[in-house]
Amino acid sequence: MNKRLVYFTPLLAAFGIGLILYTAIGNDPTKLETARKDDPFPNFSLSDLHEPSVVRSAADLEGKIRLVNVWATWCPSCKAEHGYLQQLANSGINIVGLNYKDERQAALQWLQKLGDPYEFIIDDPKGSLGFNLGVYGAPETYIVDQYGVVRYRHVGELNERVWTSTFEPMLSKLGLKRP
Amino acid sequence: MNQFMRLLVMLGIMMLGSIALASIDIFEFSSEENRLQYNELTKELRCPKCQNQDIADSNAPIAQDMRKEVYRLIEDGQSTEAVVQFMVERFGEFVSYDPKIIPATYLLWFGPLTLVGVGLLVVLLLSSKRKRSAEAQVSSLDSSSRKRLDAMLKDAQSDQSSKSGKEKE
Repeated sequence: MNKRLVYFTPLLAAFGIGLILYTAIGNDPTKLETARKDDPFPNFSLSDLHEPSVVRSAADLEGKIRLVNVWATWCPSCKAEHGYLQQLANSGINIVGLNYKDERQAALQWLQKLGDPYEFIIDDPKGSLGFNLGVYGAPETYIVDQYGVVRYRHVGELNERVWTSTFEPMLSKLGLKRP
Repeated sequence: MNQFMRLLVMLGIMMLGSIALASIDIFEFSSEENRLQYNELTKELRCPKCQNQDIADSNAPIAQDMRKEVYRLIEDGQSTEAVVQFMVERFGEFVSYDPKIIPATYLLWFGPLTLVGVGLLVVLLLSSKRKRSAEAQVSSLDSSSRKRLDAMLKDAQSDQSSKSGKEKE
């Protein structure tokens, strides 16, 4: 009996390894952990994209739960997700834009053409805030809670599938239901 | 003379190549130590975008930004550990090619060793089992079966000898 079990170990081991590899199939190794998770949003002092005389800081992100969306006109996936962001904004989600390493004029034209889903937009032409946040590719979307703490980051396009599978559960855990 | 000129031209061309390579980033270091520290650090930090390159090797915009920050921090007098810590804070333990031993990296650090240990254990267990079962088989022949075995062997022998006897006839 015992001996027979020994003969089965290679099969069991292969099955185990297969199972581990199988669960890893969906994982995207290019998506890194959120290094800033549960850290306060890094402090910054950058001008508003629409009103350059207005200086935005991390304090502007406190008070309610918001999404912070990192975008740029040079980024194709940003264009792809723009319509969905608009849809989210229309349904009452607060989204703050972070215009990352972009040109102000190009960004303003883009908004005029495609619509503006943002509560306000932080202008980060040199990518300094992006760097402190740990942005390594646009688009990225962060969940920042009412205390200005980073709760989650999504790298890549935000769409219906990502929204229902990760954002919605996370937001309802934080106490924000989609209206 | 002609050969000498040719050599000179070839040398010149080779130098051009090295100049082109060196012009990717231009940083002025205040000291030789800083330059060495920079070279060491940019090989120790991993590019988050092109994941299997160090930031010295990568042309991704994020790697450029990281090199600039590394330069700034070094010229600021920061230690190598402080610079790595700065990057880990922003991009996670992933960016370090020498990750710290924390619960999240236990698998990375101890996984291979554990697997080798398990493999060794299995080999040892199997070999000791085989030895034991071989010993057990020899000693498990009780006297009656031993007698039977002897009888069979004798039978076989006499069979053989009678056969060979017949052949002789």
